Amino acid sequence: MLLIILLFSIVLIASSGLPAMAFRRRSNRGQILTTILLTAGCAIGMGTLAAYGLGERRVWHLVLPWSTPLGRPAFTLDALGALFLLPIFGISALGSAYGIGYWPQTRNPANGRKLGIFWGWMSAGMALVVLAGQVLVFLAGWEFMAISGYFLLTTEDSDSAARHAGWIYFIATHIATLALVAFFILLHLIHGSLVLWPVHLSGTPGSLAAAMFVLGLTGFGLKAGLVPLHVWLPGAHAVAPSHVSALFSGVMLTMGVYGLVRIAGLFAQPPLWWGITFMALGIISAFLGIVWAMAQQDFKKMMAFSSIENMGIVTVGLGLAEMGLTLHQPILVTLGLIGALLHMVNHSLFKPLLFMGAGSIIHATGQRTMDSLGGLAKPMPRTFVLMTLGVMAITGLPPLNGFVSEWIIYLGLLHTTVEKSSLSLIAVVAVMLAMTGALALAVFTTWISTCFTGKPRGAAPARAHDPSGFMLVPMAILGVLCLLIGIVPVLVTPALSSALAAWQPDLRLPAITAILPLRSFTLPILSLLLLCVAAWMVSTIWRRRTGNFTNRTGTWDCGYAMPNGRMAYSGASLLQIGARLFRGIILSRRQTPDIRGLFPAPARFDRATPDPLLNQLIEPAANRAGDFAVAARAIQGGKVHLYVLYIFLILLILLTCMVFAG
Amino acid sequence: MLSHLLTIAFEILLLILAPPLLPGIINRTKAWLAGRRGPPVLQTYYDLRRLWAKKPVISNTTTWLFVTAPWLTLGAIFLAGLLVPLGPGTAPIHFTGDLILFVYLLSLARFFTTLAALDTGSSFEGMGVAREIAFAVFSEPALFLVLLVLVKIAGSIATGAAPALSSPLAGLSLSILLFPAGHGLISARAMAAMVLCAMGLFVVLIAECGRIPVDDPNTHLELTMIHEVMILDNSGPLLAAQIYGSSLKMLILAALLVHILVPLDRGLNGEFTQLWVLMLIGLPITGVIVGIVESTMARLRMKSVPTLLAVASLLGAFGFLLLVG
Repeated sequence: MLLIILLFSIVLIASSGLPAMAFRRRSNRGQILTTILLTAGCAIGMGTLAAYGLGERRVWHLVLPWSTPLGRPAFTLDALGALFLLPIFGISALGSAYGIGYWPQTRNPANGRKLGIFWGWMSAGMALVVLAGQVLVFLAGWEFMAISGYFLLTTEDSDSAARHAGWIYFIATHIATLALVAFFILLHLIHGSLVLWPVHLSGTPGSLAAAMFVLGLTGFGLKAGLVPLHVWLPGAHAVAPSHVSALFSGVMLTMGVYGLVRIAGLFAQPPLWWGITFMALGIISAFLGIVWAMAQQDFKKMMAFSSIENMGIVTVGLGLAEMGLTLHQPILVTLGLIGALLHMVNHSLFKPLLFMGAGSIIHATGQRTMDSLGGLAKPMPRTFVLMTLGVMAITGLPPLNGFVSEWIIYLGLLHTTVEKSSLSLIAVVAVMLAMTGALALAVFTTWISTCFTGKPRGAAPARAHDPSGFMLVPMAILGVLCLLIGIVPVLVTPALSSALAAWQPDLRLPAITAILPLRSFTLPILSLLLLCVAAWMVSTIWRRRTGNFTNRTGTWDCGYAMPNGRMAYSGASLLQIGARLFRGIILSRRQTPDIRGLFPAPARFDRATPDPLLNQLIEPAANRAGDFAVAARAIQGGKVHLYVLYIFLILLILLTCMVFAG
Repeated sequence: MLSHLLTIAFEILLLILAPPLLPGIINRTKAWLAGRRGPPVLQTYYDLRRLWAKKPVISNTTTWLFVTAPWLTLGAIFLAGLLVPLGPGTAPIHFTGDLILFVYLLSLARFFTTLAALDTGSSFEGMGVAREIAFAVFSEPALFLVLLVLVKIAGSIATGAAPALSSPLAGLSLSILLFPAGHGLISARAMAAMVLCAMGLFVVLIAECGRIPVDDPNTHLELTMIHEVMILDNSGPLLAAQIYGSSLKMLILAALLVHILVPLDRGLNGEFTQLWVLMLIGLPITGVIVGIVESTMARLRMKSVPTLLAVASLLGAFGFLLLVG
């Protein structure tokens, strides 16, 4: 019954964009109606999830009495699915509200309604993926999500960059679908049924299972953006409107994670190499993602690369859980999976927050390049505070939520090195994760300070302003949630624990609160807050009392008069040392001018950082294949007698085969 | 119980009062080696008192962040200090997994310092921040490797006579790492590993606290410095908070170093006075060693600093390999 309400909410979400078609092109009313319908759908969905009870261990099934070639469409909801539904409903509603301020119909008459329709479809498609209880429903939801994603990211289809990125996304997502179809065929061969989740395969996995694992990893890894399957991701996030990037990064990538978690849970006794593969892919993605993020000037692209990093961290946690299954270490299973799922939830809070903040900057200044901004903290104080929270969350600093999940994953890694001497090399992963953390801190400190602090670097920020309430309130909600989970992580642990139980129902896994002092964890964090506030208060009060508060003057300029914003350290110069140290990975192409003589001619310095994999490997290969296809077109002459000749030739060949075979 | 409370009270008191002593000792050592008389050992205390009474000058470019950040930095470092046991027994705050919090609190402090530095919009601060965040990419893994070696050693000791820990991960706490329960003897390999990781930690201490050969605490020449240039625009109580914070950081890392280097620690489990004596001698000795290093070495070129920190990581890694093999 409740599952029917959930399906109804999905239908409502999917159709939320349609009524707006009846309104005028330049009227905001349709958009507001769309948001109201969508929010209502999401609220109903959230309410149903609340009724489901995130602490419960029930599994709901619903089979529709329709006949299809692949059996009856079925829907399933277990605690793991419920956890992944939360960000879909939450971010979809918040993003849509943000869109009223960011992408108003009045200013985007050409594509506002299109965005509204596909926004609903995409959210509904993702919810369908999670609710699918049968392969057909799953693939239908997957395609729904993939295709509406294409239309969302090419919202500005007049922009050739958007069309190009959309094209790459389209190809990538269909390779993923192809791999998944093959994956489900193999799953059907092994399992014998098309009914999904929870699927628990017995026995020891053989070579068929290995092929299935690789196919599933390809399909879902493409969606999650794991290196080397990430090539579609940065471009797509950069060209899409910011709230669409938020939906992509915060929710769509987690669909890939959802699939990976499901694959990881197929066997109660997976081979060791599955876990090692997850962990290796994860740490490589995390490290390369953040190193590549360092070289980006477009901050939306930088955030997209950081999504690759975070998906990598999630996969490291998953690998830990998988190894725990293989090695009969229930503690590792708990730490790994809870860490991975919590990091997934966290990422779907702080990354939309950051993308919405990036959108607010673009909205206020029209700039997407870090180094042409500066000094926005004064005209946009609220955005600045929220972005400080977001940056602290994504870099894993206490007391925000990112710290809690990274903390759990680190402890899992440390525990492995102590318990299993044969797996001591896991220490390498822990150290690389620490390095990744430091790099993320460098990248995001640079971003926030280049955009917000100091003096303006160009003319644009002069008319900058804090965004309207439609944009600010969703961001504030996300920021508060980040802080809340960081300070009181036990708020989410019941949902995570029941998801863990749904993942491997037959195992007796220790509760995360029994292993880690999550309850008492609040103490040091709170004391830190109190301490700082107290110190600041004491100093302020003391200053006030003595009467000499402060002197204000300019920044110390070493006696050179009037340095301007353009002379300040830019984002590129802040990250220059790091970028040079990792130049073997970043592979920037730079054109350094040749400066000679006492009075050199005007010179120009250029630096471009193409994606090494996409621009130097995949695109040339694809072009070569395209050339080959063009050459092969010669056999399609368009003349009837030529085709008759082909038929005759084929018949001849077949006959010869028959004669010799017979 | 009472002695436990007394220990904690004494630890907190030491954490609050002792930090400015370390720069004093270092400067005194440097002066002594250079044949000068040098400033009094208590000079930093006088400086802090003077700065506290001064009227701060604040740049017009800055925002609320600039005024709050020194206090947030200080708070984060102080909390990190509460996680490190200074004397015998446990630290004032200890729980499973606090060693990760320790590392991240130091990151938090760095975050606020760098952000406040860039808040001034000055290129000098920018230079310092660029170096600080780039070198952190190397010093953080080094610190992590040191902690990994400690985890591994504590694990190998605890397996002998497994004490009843409240949870299987309870060993992952600084208080327990430094005083592992159980009576397994420390093998020669573990000793060697500890020496290696102490060397690594010493490099990290030098880098984190901005001493020669990584950074020069005495110059204000923007081309040569990291930490000093980041706090260039701080004045009055804000500068006091920064100076106090960095000396506090040095005290914490030095205490870790003393704990690692004194293998007696592990045999003296619970012997109250001896441990205090060791710590109270060890901290000034660390200061003297830093002073000697400063007097005998020149500052490295900025390009070579990542190499130095990579060496620190390698020392930790070799220590780890010793324990694995």
